[in-house]
Amino acid sequence: MATPHPIDLESLAQRAVDAALSAGAGDAEAAAEDSVGREIRVFGGEVESLSAAGERGLGVRAWIDGRVGFAYGTDLSGDGVTAIAADAVEASRVSDPDEFAAAPQPSTDAAPAPDGYLDPETAAWPTDRKVELAKAVERSALAADPRVVAVETAVYVDEEVSSAIRSSTGLGGSYQASFAYAYLQAIAEHDGCKQTGLGFGLGRSPAALDPEAIEREGAERALQLLGAAKPESRTCPVVLDETVAASFAGFIGGVLCADAVQRGRSPFADRLGDEIASDVLAVADDGIDLEGMASAPIDAEGLARGRTPLIEGGRLAAYLHDSYTARRQGDGRRSTANAARSGYRSAPSVATSNLIVEPGSASLDELLAAAGDGIYVTDVAGLHSGVNPVSGQFSVGASGILIDDGALAAPATEFTIASDLVSMLSAVQAAGSEARWVPFGGSVKTPPLLIGEMAVGGS
Amino acid sequence: MPTPKPEALIEPELAERVVERALRNGGDFAEVFCEQRSGFSLAIDESRIERAQRGGERGAGVGVAAGETTYFAHVDGLAEADLERAADAAAAALDSQHSEHRPLHAGEPPALQRIEVDPASVAAERKADLLRACDERARSAGAEVDQVMASYAESRRLVTVANSEGRFASDDRTRVRLGVQAVARRNGSVETGFETLGAHRGFELVDGGAGEQIAERAARVALTLLDADPAPAGAMPVIVGGGFGGVLFHEMTGHGLEADHIQKGASVYEGKLGEQVAQPHLLAYDDGALAGEWGTDAIDDEGTPTQKTAVIEQGRITSYLYDLRSARKDDVASTGNGRRESFRHLPIPRMTNTYIAPGEATPEELIAGVDDGFYAVSFAGGQVDPTTGDFVFGTSEGYLIEGGKVTRPCRGATLIGNCLEALGRIDAVANDFEMKTGFCGKGGQRVPVGTGQGHVRISELTVGGTAVG
Repeated sequence: MATPHPIDLESLAQRAVDAALSAGAGDAEAAAEDSVGREIRVFGGEVESLSAAGERGLGVRAWIDGRVGFAYGTDLSGDGVTAIAADAVEASRVSDPDEFAAAPQPSTDAAPAPDGYLDPETAAWPTDRKVELAKAVERSALAADPRVVAVETAVYVDEEVSSAIRSSTGLGGSYQASFAYAYLQAIAEHDGCKQTGLGFGLGRSPAALDPEAIEREGAERALQLLGAAKPESRTCPVVLDETVAASFAGFIGGVLCADAVQRGRSPFADRLGDEIASDVLAVADDGIDLEGMASAPIDAEGLARGRTPLIEGGRLAAYLHDSYTARRQGDGRRSTANAARSGYRSAPSVATSNLIVEPGSASLDELLAAAGDGIYVTDVAGLHSGVNPVSGQFSVGASGILIDDGALAAPATEFTIASDLVSMLSAVQAAGSEARWVPFGGSVKTPPLLIGEMAVGGS
Repeated sequence: MPTPKPEALIEPELAERVVERALRNGGDFAEVFCEQRSGFSLAIDESRIERAQRGGERGAGVGVAAGETTYFAHVDGLAEADLERAADAAAAALDSQHSEHRPLHAGEPPALQRIEVDPASVAAERKADLLRACDERARSAGAEVDQVMASYAESRRLVTVANSEGRFASDDRTRVRLGVQAVARRNGSVETGFETLGAHRGFELVDGGAGEQIAERAARVALTLLDADPAPAGAMPVIVGGGFGGVLFHEMTGHGLEADHIQKGASVYEGKLGEQVAQPHLLAYDDGALAGEWGTDAIDDEGTPTQKTAVIEQGRITSYLYDLRSARKDDVASTGNGRRESFRHLPIPRMTNTYIAPGEATPEELIAGVDDGFYAVSFAGGQVDPTTGDFVFGTSEGYLIEGGKVTRPCRGATLIGNCLEALGRIDAVANDFEMKTGFCGKGGQRVPVGTGQGHVRISELTVGGTAVG
């Protein structure tokens, strides 16, 4: 690996906190991170690229009288740490004071044991074995059906990360985690029509990945769309498969973050306790589920993570908080330990960890039967441009299979589905019985969902 | 004023030792990419300056190509020991004889973009004042403007590339970008407007009132949309606005012309070089050397000088977009499109500034030619599957066209279609050319790209809205 030598992340973080205080910060918090990872891309039976990555860095947040600043860097020498800390203090002086901005205070909650997030298999597997896994994903897809003509990419990625947090208010902790995932984009062709299908698997180590299941999904998704036509524009019931349901769940999780709510940018603002969804829907944020790829014993501010029910029996049960939004909310509200950061390069902010949509009792066939005449949506595109998170309105590109008299019929593509998040939640009529972890919309575990009505834009 | 020359991050002698070390177990090609980046960003929200952030990184990526495989490793730091570690990690998987390399040759240094005011030399307080002015301007556009969020970001990237073919080149890239989002509210209805200004330029870009203008524009869009009806659904003629409307061409043609997609049989443009895919009036370029633009660099991230590449002439495809690896495969020269997000990424073929050249007509003439249709002024973004050619775009501002006139604003419209069909249906391009900025994601890498065009008319495209007719 391209990593120089082991490093004590906790004492590094502590040195950064001390340096920020010396530079004039009233309070300071530092997060240090060290990761190693591999990425293997396979094409045409050959390794296209094999990357070995080692990365370590430091992010420092500084407070001076309600002003906050943040800085990050990768120079972890004594002078480097001093410079990063000084940059954070300097940045805080530019900010306007905010009465709610202050360093997070420790809570009495005990963090769960910091193990179970790291699978030693990730490091134990030799690179050759991981290469073989990536090749197997590609190979079996091509062998599955003569109409699968190519695999655009078969990719294997893994990472082990160590993370430590320290603050001048006495918060701190450290943990290690690992994850591995593999995916492929299969290309099927028949009668001049080409379609692509994504198959994926994820877990804490390569041992959790099943190359055949990944290829089967990619091949099936591509094959089932061959001969797809544009459906007619109409309003009809829609069944969202797990990947599509996860993408929408991610957006809903985003607008249930207190930051969006307090700043008036959530369609669910001022709705706490209200019935916002049909009573078949239950959604929770779970930061410690051992199967969840976003899990960790502590959040990005060092607070003990847990589980927060968001929608129970159709009612809005809670918003997600970090220390800032909890203080701003008042009434003794506490952080739900949902401060998150995307690595040491970003300052903490409120975000979902793992979103869990509770399964119902209906099999997929029963969901389709209940839909009657509608569309089973298996893929959506253009989410980042097609959803307005402030108003909740969306119109996104989609493909899938028509549902005719309660059963799957002809494939459909090049259409849009449109609604708004508020209407969609109340239109959820049933949740499938089998949930799956999906890395879209964050880290989401969800079953397929039957939505009573959506606008379909086609021909 | 003489053009400033970029300074190399490492000495050529060291670069040569690293390239040699990377090839010690064999390989056909090796390169070292060194980078030092620094940045500052700031935002305003609820009329309060916040999210002040500073950051910097220094590191290198070393790649060795052997046959069809590229071995790659990256490290933090640019000391000799760091670079050796990267070279060793990249070479570790090879077990052949030492390969030879050509001696490094530093060619004529490339011309850098003109940076009048180095943003790092401008006091942070002035940047905060710029955001306050944007906030104020947007709020003064109308009482229904309820929220304004604006962000300012500057970055500087110094890069030095050396490879076993003898290339040794450096670049010094300064970029500034301002984005303003306004939210307008009336009764239960809430709408947003978003506008950006960005370039490979210095602080002069946003100074002198230019920033406030985009703030006002974002507010006007949000206010206009308050009167919007749900967008229609169905197939109809569509006029696409100038500037960021060019993202349509970026998605539906640009991506499919990237040579890696072509070589994998994952593009609808595969085997179509020289073929008529658009009407004869259509002319389009990718130009990484366009002065001062957001997607412009002196060299690409493999050290190849950037260039202007005609991709469609008289409606025929004239070139694909190449990095070194894909160019080697097709036995052509790189078009200077080998780009990477950072030293932690492998270069892949990417667009720079991609645009449709201006036509003769005025935008009004284009609109007058549409009886009943949709006017997509700008997009929030888009996505394409290059293999199938299916694309989708979310409009951020749109109107109905009735009887050759722009009438009511529409909300929530998505344009959806297939690349080859839609490209062939561009029947007119207007003369109001403009470039806009964006970020393009591919293979997990995000790079700055420019998109541009004048108004464009597409004779038929599917509009997906919530109003079902």
